[in-house]
Amino acid sequence: MLVLSGVVIIVLGFALRVHPLLVVTAAAFASAAAAGHGPLAVIALIGKAFVDARFLAVAWLALPAIGLLERAGLREQARAVVQRLRRATAGRVLLGYFLLRQAAAALGLTALGGHVPMVRPIVAPMVEGAAERDADAPLDDDTRQRLRAHAAAVDNIALFFGEDVFIAVGSILLIRAILQQEGVTVAPLEVALWAIPTALAALLIHGARLLRLDRTLSR
Amino acid sequence: MIGLDAIGIAAAMLPAAVALHHARDTGAPRHWRNAAFWGAFAVTLGAGPWLPDLVNGGLVLAMVALATLGLRPAPVATSDEATRAAFARRWGARLFLPALALPIVTLGGTLALPAGRLGGLALVDPKQVTLAALVAGAAIALVLALRLTRPPRGTAACEARRLVDGIGWPIVLPQMLAALGGIFALAGVGKVVAGGVLGLVAIDTPLVASLVYGLGMALFTIVLGNAFAAFPILTLAFGVPILIQQLHGDPAAVAALGMLSGFCGTLLTPMAANFNIVPVAALELRDRFAVIRVQAPTALLLLVFNIAALTLLAFPGGPK
Repeated sequence: MLVLSGVVIIVLGFALRVHPLLVVTAAAFASAAAAGHGPLAVIALIGKAFVDARFLAVAWLALPAIGLLERAGLREQARAVVQRLRRATAGRVLLGYFLLRQAAAALGLTALGGHVPMVRPIVAPMVEGAAERDADAPLDDDTRQRLRAHAAAVDNIALFFGEDVFIAVGSILLIRAILQQEGVTVAPLEVALWAIPTALAALLIHGARLLRLDRTLSR
Repeated sequence: MIGLDAIGIAAAMLPAAVALHHARDTGAPRHWRNAAFWGAFAVTLGAGPWLPDLVNGGLVLAMVALATLGLRPAPVATSDEATRAAFARRWGARLFLPALALPIVTLGGTLALPAGRLGGLALVDPKQVTLAALVAGAAIALVLALRLTRPPRGTAACEARRLVDGIGWPIVLPQMLAALGGIFALAGVGKVVAGGVLGLVAIDTPLVASLVYGLGMALFTIVLGNAFAAFPILTLAFGVPILIQQLHGDPAAVAALGMLSGFCGTLLTPMAANFNIVPVAALELRDRFAVIRVQAPTALLLLVFNIAALTLLAFPGGPK
């Protein structure tokens, strides 16, 4: 049971707003110690796992180009483009991005999107620009924050409930491998077909919320 | 052949450039602290595979200590609002091209070299084609952005530092959480929790089994931060023996809806840092849980949907 101390530290640490990097490190030491690993062994384990996960850092390579384009007015341009389209409300821009992101992910094109290369420089300014034009005034800070959070959420939800419809995605390969261990064979296409109802439900539920967002903004 | 080691060296260039920029910014407060943080990160990415694990671990702990002290980097100059508006009028829609080059090159590279071979030559490790294409896409986007906007020398490093500083330590959090996930797996955290739940309830009808499996996938994903880590534990503990073998559920339906229930958990947890915490930093949001709060209603409704679909559709003879 002591190995669960790491989970307790994570929950308490996040709740008490301790620095997340410190919380994660403390949790790693606690769970590893409970499983009988000494401090030096834990440091080596953290080092190895951190280096093994270095592929996660590749996505940041987009930052220099995005920075140059932001300096040259990319966000202002995204805002201006959407402000010329009268029918493009904030909710509809978000729904349009949802459809694009989910359809691309369902075709296996998960690289199309992302918070740093797409949401920050293009989608969020478009959503803010549309809301500003419809309100005919600069947005108050709370509304701006809410719209940005919505833009990030659309990127996640459309990706998660689109990608499983594609038969070669990592999660379907994992499902096959785990079931195979137990002697159960499934075809990737069957698994992908079972992802379609949830993909449609995600579109309906989140789409309805996005269109409702327009009504709360206009009040 | 281009493999993960070469890709890691490419990824190290960004924090290395940011560290140098800080180190040379001698007048700024805490410039050495920031240079050390990004420098240590660059070393683990680029040289990590050739260093002893203990050295890498020491570098990671140093980064944790520096971030806990507070990086609070000095701001760097960028263009002001009026200049940006003038720039936007001058270049117009052409500004979108470099930004779109990144996903287009990534997709194109992935589709053009599926096995990593070009004209019979093994160019890229087949497992790393997408990452290699992402590096190429970032490089091409940078060249296009430089050619279009023709900024003064050193602007690219300056702008990279502005964005990296703006996002800050959450940049390394996904890798820290991956490390924690590995340690949790090694310590058997998942098995302890799964054993506890199994002892608590009798799982003998499709409804109860679907509830335990669906909620279990969501809760484990919330704790572990990753549905891929939760899936093997829950599926080997309940999914296969109870839902598939005992209750004769359709294996594809059980596994697919189980994984999708896990994805609902991903939308609810700060442990999935690159989805829920990194955008908070990238979009300059005040509330650390702002993205999770927006996602929660959709995630909970979809979890109900997944469990209902599992109960009603996956079992022969329907739910009893």
